[in-house]
Amino acid sequence: MNTNYDKLIFEISSDEKQGYALPPLDVGRSSDVDAIPAHLLRSDAPVLPQVSEPEAVRHFTCLSQKNYGVDGGFYPLGSCTMKYNPKIDEDVAALPAFAGLHPYLPQNAAQGALQLMYELDQMLSEITGMAKFSLQPAAGAHGELTGLMIFKAYHAGRGDEKRKKIIVPDSSHGTNPASAAEAGFEVVQIASAADGTVDLDALAAALDDTTAGLMLTNPNTLGLFETNILRISEMVHGAGGLLYYDGANMNAIMGAARPGDMGFDVIHLNMHKTFATPHGGGGPGAGPIGVARKLVGFLPRPTVRKDPDGYRLDAGDGQSIGRVKGFYGNFGVLVRAYCYIKTMGAEGLREASRVAVLNANYLKESLKGQYKLPYDRVCMHEFVFDGLAGGDPQVRTLDVAKRLIDLGYHPPTTYFPLIVPNALMIEPTETESLATLDDFVGAMTRIADEASGDPAVLSAAPHNTPVRRVDELKAARTPVLKWQAKE
Amino acid sequence: MSVYIPNTRTDREKMLARIGVGTLDALYRDIPAEIRLTDALNLGAPLSEAELGREIASLAEKNADAARAVCFLGAGAYDRLIPSAIKHMVSRSEFYTAYTPYQPEISQGTLQAIFEFQTMISSLTGMDAANASMYDGASACAEAVLMAVRHTKRRRVLVAETVHPETREVIRTYARFNGIEIAEIPEEGGLIDSRSLSALLSEDTAGLVVQTPNFFGLIEDLSEIEPLTHERGALLIASVADPLSLAILESPGRQGADIAVGEGQSFGMGLQFGGPYLGFMAVKAPLIRKLPGRIVGQTSDIEGKRAFVLTLQAREQHIRREKATSNICSNQGLNALIATIYLTLLGKNGLREAATHSFEKAHYLKHKLVEAGMRPLFDAPFFDEFAVELTADAREVNGRLMRNGVLGGYPLADVLPEAKYPGRARAMLLCVTEKRTKEEMDRLAVLLSEACVEAASSERRER
Amino acid sequence: MNVLEGLYYTTEHEWLKVEGETAYVGITDFAQHALGDVAYIELPEVGETFAAGEVFGVIESVKAASDLCMPVSGTVTERNAATEEDPSLINRDAFENHLIAITLQDAGEIDRLMDAATYRALIAEEGGA
Repeated sequence: MNTNYDKLIFEISSDEKQGYALPPLDVGRSSDVDAIPAHLLRSDAPVLPQVSEPEAVRHFTCLSQKNYGVDGGFYPLGSCTMKYNPKIDEDVAALPAFAGLHPYLPQNAAQGALQLMYELDQMLSEITGMAKFSLQPAAGAHGELTGLMIFKAYHAGRGDEKRKKIIVPDSSHGTNPASAAEAGFEVVQIASAADGTVDLDALAAALDDTTAGLMLTNPNTLGLFETNILRISEMVHGAGGLLYYDGANMNAIMGAARPGDMGFDVIHLNMHKTFATPHGGGGPGAGPIGVARKLVGFLPRPTVRKDPDGYRLDAGDGQSIGRVKGFYGNFGVLVRAYCYIKTMGAEGLREASRVAVLNANYLKESLKGQYKLPYDRVCMHEFVFDGLAGGDPQVRTLDVAKRLIDLGYHPPTTYFPLIVPNALMIEPTETESLATLDDFVGAMTRIADEASGDPAVLSAAPHNTPVRRVDELKAARTPVLKWQAKE
Repeated sequence: MSVYIPNTRTDREKMLARIGVGTLDALYRDIPAEIRLTDALNLGAPLSEAELGREIASLAEKNADAARAVCFLGAGAYDRLIPSAIKHMVSRSEFYTAYTPYQPEISQGTLQAIFEFQTMISSLTGMDAANASMYDGASACAEAVLMAVRHTKRRRVLVAETVHPETREVIRTYARFNGIEIAEIPEEGGLIDSRSLSALLSEDTAGLVVQTPNFFGLIEDLSEIEPLTHERGALLIASVADPLSLAILESPGRQGADIAVGEGQSFGMGLQFGGPYLGFMAVKAPLIRKLPGRIVGQTSDIEGKRAFVLTLQAREQHIRREKATSNICSNQGLNALIATIYLTLLGKNGLREAATHSFEKAHYLKHKLVEAGMRPLFDAPFFDEFAVELTADAREVNGRLMRNGVLGGYPLADVLPEAKYPGRARAMLLCVTEKRTKEEMDRLAVLLSEACVEAASSERRER
Repeated sequence: MNVLEGLYYTTEHEWLKVEGETAYVGITDFAQHALGDVAYIELPEVGETFAAGEVFGVIESVKAASDLCMPVSGTVTERNAATEEDPSLINRDAFENHLIAITLQDAGEIDRLMDAATYRALIAEEGGA
């Protein structure tokens, strides 16, 4: 292993080399290219490397070794649900009968793919208590955007054009207000109550006849279940608004409670969180959205329906908000999620959530003396510390995170949610064994000790990584966004 | 117990004791009783790998013929040669089981690969900078429209009718909810009609979206469109549905485009029934800080060593919330890696060769079909897709081709207006990539002729 | 935290220095501290006119971003390009380095701004002093 490898692919390029051979051209060269006006033909050679196959493979292998993946170690990244990605799901998605399907196949030649999509819709509807899903959105934020477009179309369809506001709690994911803005809404942020949940008075004050809806994560980003959810639902619906469920934390409640039963009208799920599809270093994900009965007609087209003679793409009756993406969604990701649900069954999904909640509470209780716990109550699948409880006051959350890297862990989510200034947001998931959790408690304890005894080791961490702390200010002040050959 | 969950019953007892509760149920006490599920979900029993394998085999069997068919279908998804090394590299779990590279010290692999990706995309498109990827070509184009509206503070966008119909539909969806007016520019001879364009461009036009090669495979002349657009202060958005074409065709950047977006599926991704694919976006310098999504920059670590990091993050949702340039968070990271490896293996010479082979083969097939009496719909130069009018209904013909193990072209009936194209039901968009052989094309020509004759005679019988 | 006498202040932490018909606009030392190392500044073009409270530019650090709001209505007569080229100037001295100069539209609007003492009390409340 060579983590000192430091070349860019362009720096090992040599014009005489080649990494892939095409078969010889088996038709004669025509004169057709001469018919293209010269100014439409490429005038410069693109900056692409020329390397042999073994050099390319070594390059990308060396790069991979500078990465940390969940297969290699504990990844307690709050709100991201970094659980194990089953290998059989990868194998199934790679089967030629799925991976080789053209999206514009005649539908009767793609019945297996359409059936899989239909059944996934049914399974997700059952898990969440929604009426129907669209599998089209490519990621969670894309699902949010799509869901909010449905809010808008629903209100407009009732001739209620003045509902221009979306309410979000101050603990919400950044994607919530960003999605609301991208769907053409104004954003109203409400402060959380002292116990970290939605402040009902603040909500009541924000609700009026311009409210299009409320976006909520439940359990919320502090890992707390919104105990007043039924009251919240009543209030929002009573004011004529709709309720949106950000499914980022669905991994806490599978088989325990369903957003549909809580009164949510639209929900998105992250296949790459709850349903064990890989994050891929930042995607591809899939963010299917489910809706209540009254909103089914608004789903993006096409959805999949079951007819007596087979499965069909259904363009809807004209009420649909339209497409939000080409084709039908990130199908390859959907195949993996389908396999995951099948191998877990009802029992396995319920167990996954219960163990995720157990693991989180175990870590919280094991560490709460050494780290500040701003909301000290039973948590769901994640919880948030507000930095160290003691030690040198110069030691910051950032230092704790970087020191964890030295000790072999991916750091938790830091400085989020914004309402906890020194947040360390920890989500262990059901993937981790008791031994791993205990080791992690040991590492966090060691860091708490170092914060008193040896703070310098924390502020200089990490020490043994392929690169040390990087200069983010330089990157932002003088952006270098691509490689350029030296003059 | 699930094989994916390591905790044992004994472990759980110990943990509950540490927490100080008697049962797991006690941890769910915050969930109101009215909504607590009492019955098991109706999902069936957990399946072992072997059982799953059997269920999947029965689903897969229903697609198997289609997956094996010789593909002449393109229209935004291309059946190309994929180097074997790609799947071995992206199957490294350090890549595919990592999260977004928020911690640069342990994410240099992903970060450097994205930096290389940005370099390749910027250069191919002739732009100054590219972002780390978008969901797909269609949504990238819609985001470009939003960007043009924000940048120019104008609310009207022109879209050429020759842009992929699904891309146009996604643009319309995004525009509708933001009060952006969309006007479509009609086609003439399969190309954007520049006279209509001049008439429709005005001082309130934020941008113009043109696709090249366009949906019909034809090469649009951006250099003709560019001055018209910029004279009115609008941005030129070039959509590249098949970036392999950029190996031989002039880049949008050199032709004056302000934003280049596109679909990168051609760069090493399988067809996968439509996804996951790879959206990309690149811009000229003045627009860099308006880019949506993630961007990787080069910097150094505290020891002065070259390092890569997510940068210009103040544009993004996690910092700027409702004022962010976009809501995009997860993108298509692993697909960007696939494209980077693909472009590395092919290199500039290999990419040019693949593009040239596609071009030559497509033209070979076109000549062959013309000889067999089929009529090309348009005369303008094309890359590797072309529209022909058959002598029988295109969907009917496709059914016959499929029975012979061939996947025919995209039926154009729903895309072309009937008044202008009375023969539209017989029109088909064919695609030939570098993967197709002369033998396969010769066979297609024969099958098409036969299928046309058969279809025509059965049509006559029905009458 | 430094607060200069003789300037006017907004609740959004901009300062305004009036010299006859012309006024200079910058961000306060408190704002500079809250942002951290400034990475990027975007200023309007000379000749653009903004109403009081309107956003005229953006200032960003690595992990934060803030809109720049007009303390009073006016037309931009100068943009301090030096701050765009070297944003660290703002961290070095936020009062010495103005962002824009404007011609005042309505001198009466100045009365709505805070004086140094009031502003000092405000930032003490926000936990800055």
